[in-house]
Amino acid sequence: MTGETHRDDLTSKTGMWLFLFTEMLLFGGLFVVYSVYRFRNPVAFHLAAQELSVTIGTINTIILLTSSTMIAMSITALQTKNKKLTLFLLGITILLGLAFLVNKYFEWGGHIKEHIYPGSSILALRGQGDVLFFGLYFFMTGLHALHIIIGLIFIAIITAKIFRNKITFNNYVLLENSGLYWHLVDLIWIFLYPLFYLIT
Amino acid sequence: MIYQKDTAEPSYLDYKGKYKGIFSWIFSTDHKRIALLYMFSILTFFAIGATLGLLMKFELIAPGRTIMSAQAYNAFFTLHGIIMIFAVVIPGLPAVFGNFLLPIMIGAKDVAFPRINLLSWYLYVTGVSLVVISQFTGQGPPDTGWTFYAPYSFRTAGNMLPAVFGAFVLGFSSILTGLNFLVTIHRMRAPGMTWLKMPLFPWTLYATGWVQLLATPIIGITLLMIVAERTLHIGFFDPTLGGDPLLYQHLFWTYSHPAVYIMILPAMGAISEIITTYSHKAIFGYKFMIASVLAIAFVGYFIWGHHMFTSGMSGTALYTFSLLTFIVAVPSAIKVFNWIATMHQGSIDLQTPFYWAMAFLFVFMIGGFSGLILGSLAANVHLHNTHFVVAHFHFIVFGGTGFAFFGAMHYWYPKITGRMYDTRWANIGLVLFFIGFITLYGPMFYLGFKGMPRRYYDYDEVFHAGNIVSTMGSWVLYSGLVIIVINLFASLKSKIKAPSDPWGGKTLEWTIPSPPPVENFEEIPTVTKGPYNYS
Repeated sequence: MTGETHRDDLTSKTGMWLFLFTEMLLFGGLFVVYSVYRFRNPVAFHLAAQELSVTIGTINTIILLTSSTMIAMSITALQTKNKKLTLFLLGITILLGLAFLVNKYFEWGGHIKEHIYPGSSILALRGQGDVLFFGLYFFMTGLHALHIIIGLIFIAIITAKIFRNKITFNNYVLLENSGLYWHLVDLIWIFLYPLFYLIT
Repeated sequence: MIYQKDTAEPSYLDYKGKYKGIFSWIFSTDHKRIALLYMFSILTFFAIGATLGLLMKFELIAPGRTIMSAQAYNAFFTLHGIIMIFAVVIPGLPAVFGNFLLPIMIGAKDVAFPRINLLSWYLYVTGVSLVVISQFTGQGPPDTGWTFYAPYSFRTAGNMLPAVFGAFVLGFSSILTGLNFLVTIHRMRAPGMTWLKMPLFPWTLYATGWVQLLATPIIGITLLMIVAERTLHIGFFDPTLGGDPLLYQHLFWTYSHPAVYIMILPAMGAISEIITTYSHKAIFGYKFMIASVLAIAFVGYFIWGHHMFTSGMSGTALYTFSLLTFIVAVPSAIKVFNWIATMHQGSIDLQTPFYWAMAFLFVFMIGGFSGLILGSLAANVHLHNTHFVVAHFHFIVFGGTGFAFFGAMHYWYPKITGRMYDTRWANIGLVLFFIGFITLYGPMFYLGFKGMPRRYYDYDEVFHAGNIVSTMGSWVLYSGLVIIVINLFASLKSKIKAPSDPWGGKTLEWTIPSPPPVENFEEIPTVTKGPYNYS
């Protein structure tokens, strides 16, 4: 073990930014696959997209954008040494994240009830374009939901640390980093939302 | 960490930390110890991979079944490929020598994120374990080759899931190493070490870091799609579900071609250090060397299509990929010319690592030129999927990266262990290794040109002679390898202690004791001159 670990916030943030690049490329591969199959099956994708509820999609978009604002505000709150407000804002962030997942749960549940899920024989009868659209839909929103869950776990840990004064106004780089991660999760949704819900 | 501050700091090997015995290694966040963890694991897997290769060559000594069934042969080349690519040559130079030397060469005490560094080794071990588990569980070992081509990779009964997921985890380990190096280079260079005062090995690690960071996620998601395809039956690449197997090939090579540069760039960096040190002369065209490294890393992203010339692409795509493939050869050639120009009028010290560098140049050029033959469209149609391709990439990947790895091993051995090795046995091992290498892979060019396909355990009688020569070469190569490794291990007990600068090197690692103290530098040096200041 090396003796000293000196603190360098810029180093830590640089690392986080580079990590976010890899996350973007991870989804980038999926966007390529989506584009190719959309180009190949324009009609099927057009009709299948109309089956998704724009309302739930829009609500979830608003939820995520609001939660991103909350976590950004919590950083400013911590900088101004307002611990109570920080904890409150982070609490709202977590609640909004959970609300997103609950919405997603009901949305997915609705599809599965209608026998729309990967590997469903009834979905297979509707043709390859539909199979691909919903396969991509479940895989991409599923991977995104996994990122939401990971993000929520991080934010919960950070919140606990702030509560126990492990993170304060002079060492908040971890909060900043989880904020960055949360914004990325938000950003990816900003692309998923039009691709699946709006382009019909 | 608290330790007694003696007059001389203890070396990283003697250092007593919180943990004892093996735990002082596997819980250590010291970049030097992690480097050795990587070295031992990589050497172990290299030995396994090489033994698999030896057995495959023995199978090919005569037409028909010799020692294994067709199915076993398929499993062997799959495991050989996965281990050698994902667990040996991709982490090889960056994870071992990069970890050990990058912080020292740029005058830092450790990498930017020591704990993530250790995590990357844990992930590495997990990934390889998953690959190994795939061999012994489920319905038989994977038999797709290391490329996992769709649609066979989700049709085969072979136990694909652990192998594919293992490769995914190995990719994640590689990303973390690259990320760590990038941040380390950006943030932790010693005072005065501007970008253009940084030695070439860190420069190549920098370019490699970007490739690891930006290319690996693509294979990560592609492998996850294979997993989803096998478990959830989402039709990403299955034509019966509307998917496109060609799209898989595109995504796969979008990573796996840049991966070739993850393998070769640090090798070029190590060779640059070796040649300049033993020529006792500054590297010729330092800035051009940097520019060519960055150019290779950049252009390397846009040539994946040359793996798919016969798969079906538009004419425009074919010409573009072919042209770009030729363009990427230019910076590689610049490097070769600069290495030779460095030796010109130098006072050359003929040491084992220098011989390795010469052997590297020889095989690397053959590998490079045969790559140009494969990069031209018409020739590729004839040579695709033959032994010519196998010979080509073994000359580049094994000849390039492997020779550079052993060269680096002999070059930095005194620094890492604090001992000198037996030069005579090292040279004997190298000569056998080199002769064996040429005898093993040389005939494959001929066999492939004559039309012998790759990945079959059987072949037509007309290919017999060439295969006998090739198999005999594998024995010589393997004996050379055994001698080299035994010599390096035996030399750990050598009485001859290494001075801090046995070769007359000028980069920062030669200014500190061998083996280095825990903290590398008692005082962070201030850099005022360029890295190769021989004037």
